[in-house]
Amino acid sequence: MAMNESPASPSSIDVTQVVAKSRNYWSTVLDRLSRDPVTLAFGAILLLILLSAIFADVLAPADPFKTSMIKRLKPIGTDGFPLGADELGRDMLSRLLYGGRLSLVMGISPVAFALVIGGFLGLVAGFLGGKINMAIMRTIDVFYAFPSVLLAIAISGALGAGIVNAIISLTIVFIPPIARVTESVTTQIRGLDYVEAARASGARSLTIIRAHVLANVAGPVFIYATSLISVSIILASGLSFLGLGTEPPNPEWGLMLNTLRQSIYVSPWVATLPGVLIFITSLSFNMLSDGLRTAMDIKL
Amino acid sequence: MFAYILRRIVYVIPIALGVTIIIFGLVHIAPGDPLNAVVPPDAPQETVELLIKAYGFDKPIPVQYGIWLGRAIEGDFGISFATGRPVAEAIASGVVNTLVLAVGAILIGMTLGCLIGALAGYFQGSWIDKLSTGFAIAGVSVPHYWLGLVLVIVFSVEMNVLPAMGMGPGGSREWAWDSEHLRHLVLPVITLSVIPIGIITRSVRATVAEILTMEFVQTLEAKGLRSGRIFLHVVANAAPTVLAVAGLQIGYLLGGSILVETVFSWPGTGFLLNDAIFRRDIPLLQGVILVLAMFFVFMNLVVDILQSIIDPRMSRG
Amino acid sequence: MKPALLKVEGLKKYFPIKGGIFNKTVAHVQAVDEIAFEVPRGETLGIVGESGCGKSTTARLLMRLISPDQGAVVFDGMEVGRSDGISVRDMRKRMQMVFQDSYSSLNPRMPIEGSIAFGPIVHGLQPSVARQRARELLAKVGLDPNLFIRRYPHELSGGQRQRINIARALALEPDVLILDEAVSALDKSVEAQVLNLLTELKQELNLTFIFISHDLNVVRYMSDRVLVMYLGKIVEIGTVDEIYDSPRHPYTAALLSAMPSMDPDKRTTVSPLTGDPPNPINPPSGCRFRTRCPFAERVCSEMEPELQPLSEQVSQKVACHMTNPSSGHTKVNSKES
Repeated sequence: MAMNESPASPSSIDVTQVVAKSRNYWSTVLDRLSRDPVTLAFGAILLLILLSAIFADVLAPADPFKTSMIKRLKPIGTDGFPLGADELGRDMLSRLLYGGRLSLVMGISPVAFALVIGGFLGLVAGFLGGKINMAIMRTIDVFYAFPSVLLAIAISGALGAGIVNAIISLTIVFIPPIARVTESVTTQIRGLDYVEAARASGARSLTIIRAHVLANVAGPVFIYATSLISVSIILASGLSFLGLGTEPPNPEWGLMLNTLRQSIYVSPWVATLPGVLIFITSLSFNMLSDGLRTAMDIKL
Repeated sequence: MFAYILRRIVYVIPIALGVTIIIFGLVHIAPGDPLNAVVPPDAPQETVELLIKAYGFDKPIPVQYGIWLGRAIEGDFGISFATGRPVAEAIASGVVNTLVLAVGAILIGMTLGCLIGALAGYFQGSWIDKLSTGFAIAGVSVPHYWLGLVLVIVFSVEMNVLPAMGMGPGGSREWAWDSEHLRHLVLPVITLSVIPIGIITRSVRATVAEILTMEFVQTLEAKGLRSGRIFLHVVANAAPTVLAVAGLQIGYLLGGSILVETVFSWPGTGFLLNDAIFRRDIPLLQGVILVLAMFFVFMNLVVDILQSIIDPRMSRG
Repeated sequence: MKPALLKVEGLKKYFPIKGGIFNKTVAHVQAVDEIAFEVPRGETLGIVGESGCGKSTTARLLMRLISPDQGAVVFDGMEVGRSDGISVRDMRKRMQMVFQDSYSSLNPRMPIEGSIAFGPIVHGLQPSVARQRARELLAKVGLDPNLFIRRYPHELSGGQRQRINIARALALEPDVLILDEAVSALDKSVEAQVLNLLTELKQELNLTFIFISHDLNVVRYMSDRVLVMYLGKIVEIGTVDEIYDSPRHPYTAALLSAMPSMDPDKRTTVSPLTGDPPNPINPPSGCRFRTRCPFAERVCSEMEPELQPLSEQVSQKVACHMTNPSSGHTKVNSKES
């Protein structure tokens, strides 16, 4: 961009140079994404999974709750049961489709809640610093001192089985890492010159946070949160696998893995199906998060 | 630097205390009276009161906490509601079994992770790199309990070469270094190692790649140092980071092995935990979580201190 | 002498250092140690010194981005931060700062217009009026508003960004502009343009400048008076001619002799500075410069020299025992060096 500037008169443009329309940040991001086939592919897969979960009632061939003792554990490809039947004779395809709803909700919502709560805590701690920062971060550190699986199981074990309890448990597990990242980023940004300049212009703290800090913190924190979704899905299904999450007869991938486990000698491959979906979903979220990170050029 | 180490140790104490408070509190926020786990519903009032006194449920909560903590420090974790035997015994044997699994998984993780990660880092952008990265991402995305199941299906159900469950012949609960036990070890340890392989590979790759771009390596090349010697330099610089990751992984694996242990009915701490939750066996529950969490805290501290010794840049933090 | 627009008295800032097991305060970085000076309206005061001498801390103390431990800043006769003086917020409407790093001074997510208009809007100006002012300011600093108004910082060069930072500082219509190494990060040719812009703006808007830099040539070009700092203290202050033509403090002389010069006739006669500045945590006793001063004597370690006027005829003040006949120092610095 070779503009000729002279000190006290407006710059003279070379008219043959086309001045590119001011490309703001997001169009750059989209541009990079559109050239990343791997990320796009996984994004498409994810979209497919999401849509099939949302439209499960349209797509499912049978009632996921309808049992049939004769049809127990039919293998893949049986007439009327394209992906086989589970240990109670229910259609696998339907249960997998409907199961997606619960698995996805249980996987995504804890991260979403943790983002709000942990993000808020980290922002406050990072921006205010001092004793408030210490108080918040030390408390967070105590929770961080548990390995996440252990903490999830301990809290779930204490609260009891159930979808809501599992979501609460996982939210608590994810608040510390998100709070930490937010605090770290906020502290960095707070030290930057443009925040100082904003202070120097006499703005109040809340204004500064809203106008300058929030937009710049949101990016890295959001990316970090999306990378947690893949872990959350595995943990949520894992909790159900242990019997601490969804309760039967609700279809949910982790729970299905649990109940089908007894039947691996009879119908091994049907038993693996729910796990395949957990794997693909988690992998897709991971790849998507990675791709977004590269496109947004965030260095955490 | 000694002051740094001391400061880190002192700093850990309130955290550890906080951890114990959370563990103790968890049980008491649970719905339902802890009493119900130990008292049959139709017991006469005197028995109930006797039991209350025996377990100390009549004392105020902070006092109960103090008593529990005091005893735990001495190694007395109470008596299991379910088995009537000292919790410490069960934990001791469980910990050994889980350690076998965890250490095995870490060894595999370190070996493969360093190998693949280093290759990927050296040959950035090549097919080796892409393959390893893909493999690593898959490793952290795969639900390991499902993977265990798949391995069981392949090797036990279909091919019948490896046992599907348990730690040893006849439901053995004591580890021994014999071929039977080792056969039982294979599948669970492979399953558990997938996540550390993934994480260590990524970490090693990133570290190696970063070191190779650093100017001092290019200076070494310019001086005509042979690749072998350069490699040693790279290793020396990468070691602290890799060791740190590995150390953290051990602590994490110990706490996170529950899912794999459930799949394989491996009689470790995870298995105990599962049991304790469903039987609402409070002393066992508290004891197991306490031991696992403390171990994790301890490993973090050790890693922290070792890093500050090995990497002098860290010790001023 | 014109009445002072800005007056600094006994300003002090020590930064605590934590250490030991319990993170107690074990020592202090004596960043700024009781400095005092005045800036009349319309003047450019240059502040020079090595890295770590306290120049930037002084700038931040003036803007109240950090609070002083002791001392006062008096703006237009009113003490800053006191209820009977002027509030920090109001002071910031009249004194603004341009930072060194042009890139990190601007919010990467905010278009230029927003960055410039932010200050006025915060102080109550209508957004539409503020935006209009932003456009006018862009033109004033030599950038076509139509081209730059919606741009983002990463799309611009360092020189362009610094002009925008200047525009942003001017948006509040201040009386005083503090330029903290504002041109240090720019290429020389761009630096010249920006300096010329600053000179024109100062004339047009009747501004007062405090120009902080480690580049002695630039300071000479821009300043009316110059203040020399060393390890948190003022060692010499005077008009630009007094300082550059007849420096009296050994440090000032050494700094000037270390300046690369295109003139082969200018040979150094004073021994150049050796070594690194001592630690601001534990500064030398007495005169802080004595460990690097070729003329140091015992009295220099015992007594701290005060900033005193050279004579009644000149405005130059020096903090050195050699210029004070009654100090006990054996050498007397009354000749030209």
